Amino acid sequence: MVYSYYPGCTLKNKAQDLDRYARMSAEALGFTLQEIEEWQCCGAVYPLASDEIATKLSAVRALNDAKEKGQDLVTLCSACHHVIKRVNDDMQNVEDIRTRANNYLKLEEPYEGETKVLHYLEVLRDRVGFDTIKEKVTHPLTGRKIGAYYGCMLLRPSSIMAFDEPENPTIMEDFIRALGAEPVVYPYRNECCGGYVSLKDKPLAGTMVDRVMESAVCHGAEELITACPLCLYNLRNSGSAKKVPVTYLTEILAEALGLLPEKEAEGGAEHAEG
Amino acid sequence: MQKVDMAKADRLREMSGVNTRKCMKCGKCSASCPAYEEMDIRPHQFVSYVESGDIEPLLESKSIWKCLSCFACVERCPRDVKPAKLIEAVRQMVVRQRGGNYLSPNEVPELLNEELPQQLLASAFRKYSK
Amino acid sequence: MQRIGVFVCHCGTNIAATVDVKRVVEAAAKEPGVVHAEDYQYMCSEAGQLKIREAIEQKHLTGIVVCSCSPRMHENTFRQAAKRAGINPYMVEIANIREHCSWIHKDIEEATEKAVILARAAIAKVMLNAPLTPGTSQVVKRALVIGGGIAGIQTALDIADAGYEVDIVEKTPSIGGRMSQLDKTFPTLDCSACILTPKMVEAAAHEKITIYTYSEVEKVSGFVGDFHVDIRKKARSVDMSKCTGCGVCQEKCPSRKTPNEFNRGLNTRSAIYTPFAQAIPNVPVIDREHCTKFKTGKCGVCAKVCQAGAIDYDQQDEIITVDYGAIVVATGFDTIKLDKYDEYAYNQSPDVITSLELERIMNAAGPTKGHLERMSDHKPPKSMVFIQCVGSRCADKRGKSYCSKICCMYTAKHAMLIRDKYPDVDVTVFYIDVRTPGKNFDEFYRRAVEEYGVHYIKGQVGKVAPQGDKLLVQAADLLDNKQIRMETDMVVLATAIEPNPDVRKIATMLTASIDTNNFLTESHAKLRPVESPTAGIFLSGVCQGPKDIPETVAQAGAAAVKVVGLLAKDHLVTNPCTAKADPIFCNGCSTCEKVCPYGAISYEDQLVNDHGIRETRRVAVVNSALCQGCGACTVACPSGAMDLQGFSNRQILAEVDAICR
Repeated sequence: MVYSYYPGCTLKNKAQDLDRYARMSAEALGFTLQEIEEWQCCGAVYPLASDEIATKLSAVRALNDAKEKGQDLVTLCSACHHVIKRVNDDMQNVEDIRTRANNYLKLEEPYEGETKVLHYLEVLRDRVGFDTIKEKVTHPLTGRKIGAYYGCMLLRPSSIMAFDEPENPTIMEDFIRALGAEPVVYPYRNECCGGYVSLKDKPLAGTMVDRVMESAVCHGAEELITACPLCLYNLRNSGSAKKVPVTYLTEILAEALGLLPEKEAEGGAEHAEG
Repeated sequence: MQKVDMAKADRLREMSGVNTRKCMKCGKCSASCPAYEEMDIRPHQFVSYVESGDIEPLLESKSIWKCLSCFACVERCPRDVKPAKLIEAVRQMVVRQRGGNYLSPNEVPELLNEELPQQLLASAFRKYSK
Repeated sequence: MQRIGVFVCHCGTNIAATVDVKRVVEAAAKEPGVVHAEDYQYMCSEAGQLKIREAIEQKHLTGIVVCSCSPRMHENTFRQAAKRAGINPYMVEIANIREHCSWIHKDIEEATEKAVILARAAIAKVMLNAPLTPGTSQVVKRALVIGGGIAGIQTALDIADAGYEVDIVEKTPSIGGRMSQLDKTFPTLDCSACILTPKMVEAAAHEKITIYTYSEVEKVSGFVGDFHVDIRKKARSVDMSKCTGCGVCQEKCPSRKTPNEFNRGLNTRSAIYTPFAQAIPNVPVIDREHCTKFKTGKCGVCAKVCQAGAIDYDQQDEIITVDYGAIVVATGFDTIKLDKYDEYAYNQSPDVITSLELERIMNAAGPTKGHLERMSDHKPPKSMVFIQCVGSRCADKRGKSYCSKICCMYTAKHAMLIRDKYPDVDVTVFYIDVRTPGKNFDEFYRRAVEEYGVHYIKGQVGKVAPQGDKLLVQAADLLDNKQIRMETDMVVLATAIEPNPDVRKIATMLTASIDTNNFLTESHAKLRPVESPTAGIFLSGVCQGPKDIPETVAQAGAAAVKVVGLLAKDHLVTNPCTAKADPIFCNGCSTCEKVCPYGAISYEDQLVNDHGIRETRRVAVVNSALCQGCGACTVACPSGAMDLQGFSNRQILAEVDAICR
């Protein structure tokens, strides 16, 4: 199975691990991520004001590219996923935005939200299946207590993201379980980490990260996984509470699939940061 | 005396798509907000300020730079009001004015560090400036 | 030749402020056949009715049109007035120029024009009216009450006390309903069981009352005065005539892992069980889904220990058919499911409970024997938080749009009782509004605050997060404009109530209308609050709308009076506006028979004289006692043979012509 793939700016730079492990694991699991050509940055935040069109166009271009190939569009970074899924919803349901965006783009055939947008985790759950992944795990993460950090962008608004239950999601927990580790459910896994305010307002981001970390630690998490480079950055660098290591979810996937020989050399005991 | 500016209030409702009359003042938005402590005007107040046309304080509020658009308020609002979209509309109204930017490229070099993801700059520029 | 009189009502300013009534009179007077037209402030008043009577007598009118409010309001009033003046009551037509005109328009010019057109249509119709005579039908002197909670019990008692036979059909193994689960009742703090149990006993002992528990209504046919109801008596697996209610079977039953519904799943029960100690009848049932004997064939302990030999594994469901003159729906309510409210962690923490669960915890017969304790570690709480309006007053898809009405009061009750019995427990209530309309209600709430020191904070809770052995509550205090993050030991959710989900099925069987929230619709929101629009169907308790116990009991009594008023009649006057088939046009296709919801149409062979050709044909015949005049057959009939008396095809086309003229 071949999917169109939108990596986004950060995965080409600071979050190369997120991207690299995703592609490696995909091949091991029998699907291919085919990067779309000449993609542009999605803008990293969804433009909420109803009169913003130009800022949504890069997402529409990516969506249309996948449509022309007849493929589903897979994303990985929470921000890219959020922006592209919501813009796609606009193209499906908001006539004003659809008309104006198509007027700008002058495509051969107007884009009307035909592409299905999937998060990498949705591919794992709905297309590959966690049971299959469990079978393909060669190096189960037995004994590790891993907390999933969802953050805000994957889940909300739930009516559009339709990713999982917004207040009690389970997809990452099921993923962690499939890899042989023990998922740690903690209530602040769907609370915001502080996002972009960490640029100019470190204390606020720090407060928010501390609440997440305290909740995770209190419930027994020994490490956290995330899909978002910004969450990873904030969770690692903001706040003053006791911290546990944070990695990308694709890294533990690659590890469990036996694709990280360097980890094996460490005996799997040390958990290196990505 | 507060200055009533219904034209701006209408513009904010239009940009946000929020019907401020749906609010029943339960405060669940402010109860859910992770940035509440840092805000001078609280999420539920954005709704009532717009409803009464009291826009000037909102444009000057530091809350618009604290809201993360994390949508906890939108998800949990029992009346489907979407306060985050209203706060975003106020922010847009400010950054679209000359001199309204909260972040300038000149500031960036000293804010950078080794691990900072590109996404952070992209989103901050989208949120803070035009 | 018809001689028609037209009477235009001002309805005070209700009509006259928007419709120029004088112009309506002038326009009506010019219509062919109209020999009299006048207006008056209140046509329905005695003086107004007298004007109608005088005009009929003096001008020798053959029919009248009253331009006024909806026929649902006063059609009968004017029919009776016409009858008293000596003309057939079905020679009256109403032009609804209030609900259909003045109330929904603002522009006087437009509204007046519309009122004239509506009057014209009614005049055109009345010209074709024919005198009709109602028939009669019998009344079965027995009532059915569906639901054996306090609403159903009270209705049944009141009907029975008036001397009529009444049956209660209750789905669960015992009567008692939600009230039997409550601990104390507001605002007097009477023990719920102490005031309910005597009524249960009275109902069971009443010679006029028959109770079918563990039974459900399966099918309903017939109509007001003569309903035929199939009742499924589910197999109890216990012979009610032999069982002594000793309880040994329940003690010895080895299968004890079924969630106890009566205790809202807070503990478990045996597979053979009575829901609670005061259950009526005091005869257990075997829950076949959870019984080892039924699942695997191996066990049979209950049969071995039963001295009376009452256990009967081979018992089958039994269906009985009973005729009733009236049916009362009293199906009650449940709390909504909280699966969509995970921000309150109900599914994540056993220490987050609903108010109904707290009732069971506070109750001496409940899972903790009345000790206030956390369900996680059975430790007494030191601090408790109550959250109001969970799922009530919601505009989103998760909850209900309405106020559940009872939560403010029972929360005040819970808070007060806890502070009274456990003064060291700190109690905080988060509210949006405190709603306490009712006798001694606000005083009760104020007592909770002033005498018992319950903290009331204006602001909804945003999130409840389990943290260690505590619950972290994140809320807003809107009056002090601050965010609260407090630790507590227990959280109680005032969960929205909704009609019992089974009510949809029952309403469909009864052709009783139901609103978008599954509450049964009353015939008139103010003036006929206990009657369904379907004749012979009455409403009692929360199935009609949220209400507390005193209101439920009052409504139950009102429903009973309506039932008694119906059963007291020797016969009922039937609506003469029934369908009638013209055998000459009928082609015997059976289409009408198939669409008739009342089974009123049958076919028979008749000798027909079709323009001199005499032959025997298979034609439709309407049983006017069964026909409810819905008109479905007249629409379905392909040959135009079926017509509705009082609403004939000719009359309706004449109305359309008059409107389009």
